[in-house]
Amino acid sequence: MKKIIKMREMADNQEGIIAGVSARGEMGRRIREMGLVPHTPIQIRGRAPLKDPVAVRVRDFILTLRNNEADHIQVEVEVPDPPARG
Amino acid sequence: MKRKLTIALSGNPNAGKTTVFNAITGSRQHIANYPGVTVEKKFGTVRHRGREIEVVDLPGTYSLTAYSLEEIVAREFLVNEKPDLVVDIVDASNLDRNLYLAVQFMELGIPLIIALNMVDVAESRGIRVDAAELERLLGVPVVPMVARSKQGIEALLDKILETADNNPGWRPAVLSYGMDIDQGIARIEEIIEQSEVYDRKYPARWRALKCIEGDRQILDLLKKDPERGERIRSICAHTSKHIIDTLQDDPEGLVADHRYGYIAGITKKVVKRKIESRLNQSDKIDQVLTNRILGPVIMLVILYLIYLFTFTVSEGPVGWLEIAFARLKEAVAAILPEGPIQSLVVSGIIDGVGGVLGFVPLIMFMFFAIAIMEDSGYMARVAYMLDRILRWFGLHGNSVIALIVSGGISGGCAVPGCMATRTLRNPKERIATLLVVPFMNCGAKLPVYAVLIAAFFSGDKPRMMFLLTLLSWGFALFAAKAIRSTVLRGPKTPFVMELPPYRMPTLRGLVIHTWERTWQYIKKAGTVILGISILLWAMMSYPGLSEEKARQFQESRNAAMQDLLENPHIKGWIPEGEGIMELSGLYESFSRAAKEKDQRALARLRRSPLTALVEAAYFLETGHSTGRVPDPDLLRAAGSLVRFREEMRRLDALEQQAALQGSIAGRIGRKMEAVTGILGFDYRINVALIGGFAAKEVVISTLGTAYSLGEIGAAEGGSLSKRLREDPEWNPLVAFTFLVFIMLYVPCFVTVVSIRKESSWRWACFSIAFNLVAAYTVALLVYQVGRLLSLGTG
Ligand SMILES: Nc1nc2c(ncn2[C@@H]2O[C@H](COP(=O)(O)OP(=O)(O)OP(=O)(O)O)[C@@H](O)[C@H]2O)c(=O)[nH]1
Ligand SMILES: [Mg+2]
Repeated sequence: MKKIIKMREMADNQEGIIAGVSARGEMGRRIREMGLVPHTPIQIRGRAPLKDPVAVRVRDFILTLRNNEADHIQVEVEVPDPPARG
Repeated sequence: MKRKLTIALSGNPNAGKTTVFNAITGSRQHIANYPGVTVEKKFGTVRHRGREIEVVDLPGTYSLTAYSLEEIVAREFLVNEKPDLVVDIVDASNLDRNLYLAVQFMELGIPLIIALNMVDVAESRGIRVDAAELERLLGVPVVPMVARSKQGIEALLDKILETADNNPGWRPAVLSYGMDIDQGIARIEEIIEQSEVYDRKYPARWRALKCIEGDRQILDLLKKDPERGERIRSICAHTSKHIIDTLQDDPEGLVADHRYGYIAGITKKVVKRKIESRLNQSDKIDQVLTNRILGPVIMLVILYLIYLFTFTVSEGPVGWLEIAFARLKEAVAAILPEGPIQSLVVSGIIDGVGGVLGFVPLIMFMFFAIAIMEDSGYMARVAYMLDRILRWFGLHGNSVIALIVSGGISGGCAVPGCMATRTLRNPKERIATLLVVPFMNCGAKLPVYAVLIAAFFSGDKPRMMFLLTLLSWGFALFAAKAIRSTVLRGPKTPFVMELPPYRMPTLRGLVIHTWERTWQYIKKAGTVILGISILLWAMMSYPGLSEEKARQFQESRNAAMQDLLENPHIKGWIPEGEGIMELSGLYESFSRAAKEKDQRALARLRRSPLTALVEAAYFLETGHSTGRVPDPDLLRAAGSLVRFREEMRRLDALEQQAALQGSIAGRIGRKMEAVTGILGFDYRINVALIGGFAAKEVVISTLGTAYSLGEIGAAEGGSLSKRLREDPEWNPLVAFTFLVFIMLYVPCFVTVVSIRKESSWRWACFSIAFNLVAAYTVALLVYQVGRLLSLGTG
C-alpha cells in the first residue's frame, strides 16, 4: 500500500514519488527549481558520513540536500505490509 | 542586417557554457566540473563567415528569479543590453531540469537557440534526445553538440547567423499556470500596459508573472507608480491568498509545478530511454567514494597522497630555483660595485622576489592536484561529506574548496582561495569563509616553518607539519564559529546542490586551471612584492649608522688589524707590504676551491707564499685537511689569524645590528616590543613580521638580514636555522609561538586586496584587525602557558 512520509524518513535506496513540497520562500524556490515538484519520481542514493546531507536521484541527476530541507518534502512511498489499525 | 552580433551564453551551472565559450572564442576561461564556477560575465569575440560575433559567458543559473546575484546579473544583462540572441546550453543528459531555464527564456521572449550539449554523456546512459522533435515542440532552434570535443560548434555558429538574420524580435511564449494565476497575470498585464510610467524593458506579461511569483520586480513597479503599484499588489495578495486557501500552496510553487508539468509533457515525447541500467558509472563510483565509512577514510588518504605528491615532486624544482637565485645573486654581486645599489638589488629585489618565485613549483603542483579533484567531480563529494561538520561552524560544504586552495593541505595561496569562495551563495557564509581563509598554511608560510622546524624541532618535521596543519584548520573553524555567532550571525543557506557526475578531466582543462591560480601567485611577486621588498629594504637600511658610530666600528677594526700585524707569531708569515685585505680575499678563494675540491685552483693559489698560512687557518676553522700538514709554528700563527677573523665577524655583526636598530624599521620594531615583549618577540622578529605583511615569504629574508648573515651568505638555507638556534633570545617555545603567530596574523597584502575585491574595504580591514587579535591572543596564551610550564626553555 502507499503512504506519504517525509523525505528525511526514507531509507537509503528507497524510491518514491514526490507528493508535495511545503517549503516556502528561498528554500522552496531552490528545491523546486531543481525539479523537486509533485509527481517527480525520486530515489535516495545515500547519506553523508554524519547522516546529513542526503543525496537523492531526481530525474537524471543527483541532488544533495540537508535533512532540515528534506523535512519539507513529502514523498509517496510503497510500504509492504499495511500498518495495523485499531 | 546588423554587422556585429552579440550573443549571450546561458544555461544551468555545469552545463558546459564555458566549454562552449572557449570552443567558440578560442579563449581560456576557467572550466571545472563543479557547479557555479563562472560568476562574472566574460566577453570574447569570434569571426564566422565574415561576421563578427561578440559572445558573453553568463553565470550559470537554474532559474531567472531574482534571488541570487548570478541570476540578477544574467537577467539584467538580457534586458538592459538586449543581446541579439541567447544561446541556452542545455545538458542533454539532464533534460528536464535544463529545460526549466529554457522555458523561462521563452517566457521572457528573447530570441533563443538551444544548444543541446553533452549528447555523448546522454548516449552513454542510454538516453536519446530527438533534437528535431524538440525543436518542433518548443518552436526554438535546437543544435545538438558535444562541446568538449568541439562537435557541433560550427553548426551552432551557422544557426546563430541564420536565426539572427531572420530578425526574430522578442516573442514571449505564453504558458498556462492554472485559472487563478492566469487571471491574475492578465489583470496585472493590462495595468502595466496602460501605464505611461513603466519602462518597456521587460515584456508586460513577464513582469506580471514575476509579480505573482513575488519577485522584487513588484517593488520596482510600486516605486515608479505608487497608485497602480498598489493595485497590482492587491491583485497579487488576493491571488496568493486564494491559492493558499484552496490549494495549500503558494503561487511561486504553483508556477514552478506548472512549468515542470509543461516540460514533462515535452520530454515524454522527445526522450527515448533504452532499458536503463539502474546504476550508471558515476553511481557505482559514488557507492565507494561517498560510502559512509569508506568515504571519509578514502578522502583522508587522497588528501594525504596529494600532500605527498606535491612535496615530493616539487622538491627537485624548488631546489633548482633556489640554486638559480643564489647564482644570480653571486653574479649580480660580482658585477655591481659594493654599495647601496648592490645591496638594493641583491637583498631588496632578488631576495624578495626570489623568495616568492622559488615556491612556484610547489604551488603549481598543489593546484594541479586540486584541479584534478575539481574537474573530476570529486571536490563536490568532499563538500557533500564535510557539509555537516562545516555547518556546525557556521560555514557551508562549499567553503572547503576555498580552504583547500588556500593551503588546507599545506601549500596553496589565499588569493585564488578568496576567488574560490564565489561558489558560496550566502553572503554571510561567504564572508566568514573569506575571513578564515588566511589562516590556512599557504605556500608562503612553508619556508618560515621549514627554517624554524629545522632550527628547533629538527627530529620532528613531518609531525610538526601535521600539527601545524591541524592547528590551522582548528583555528579557522573555531574562528568561523566565533564570527558566525557574532558579527555575521544569520541563517544557514540551503545545501540544495547538484552532485555532478564524475568526468575524466581533460589535460587542457587541468592546465588552464592550474595556470590560472599559479599565475595569481606569481603576479604578486612582480608587483606588490617587488615594491614592498624595495620599501622594506630601504626601511631596514636607512638612515644607517651615524658617522660617529661608523667611525667607532672602523677604529675597532683598525685596532684588531694592528693587533694581528703586531702579533709575534704571525709577524714572520706576512711579508712587508702585504695587506690584511689580501689575506681575507685569499681565504675566500681558498675555501671555495677547497669546498669544490678544485685541485687546479688550489695548486694555483698555493703559488702565493701567503697561502700556507691561509691553508692552516682553514684547517683550524673547519677541521678539514687539504693535504698539507702544518707545523706547530704555522699553526700558532694560523690560530691568531682565526681569532682575528672571528673578531672581524663579530664586529660586522654588531655593526649590522646597530645599523638595523637605528634604521626606520628597527625603530618601529623597538616600539613594538612594548606589545610583543610578552610574546617573547624582540625587535628583529617584529621587523620580520612587518615584512611579512607584504608577503609571508619576506619573513625569512628579513630575519636573515636582521640576524646579520651578510647579504650573500643568506642563500645557504641551513645557516639561518643555525644562527637562530644559537641566539640566546630564541628557544623552542619562542619558535613555536612565532610559528603560531605567523600562521594567524594579518593576511598578506595581496590577500587583503583580494578580500576587498570579493567583499568590501570594511571587511578587508576587519580581516586585518581580526587576524591580528586572534594571532596575538593565541600566541600570548601559548607563550605564557608555555613559560609557566617552563616548556622549551630547558
Ligand atoms: N562529456 C562531456 N563533457 C562536457 C561537455 N561539455 C562540457 N563538459 C564538461 O562539463 C564540465 C562543466 O563545464 P563548464 O564549461 O565549466 O560548465 P559551465 O556551464 O561553464 O559551469 P559554471 O561556470 O559552473 O556554471 C567540465 O568538466 C567540462 O569538461 C560535453 O559536451 N561532453
Ligand atoms: Mg563556467
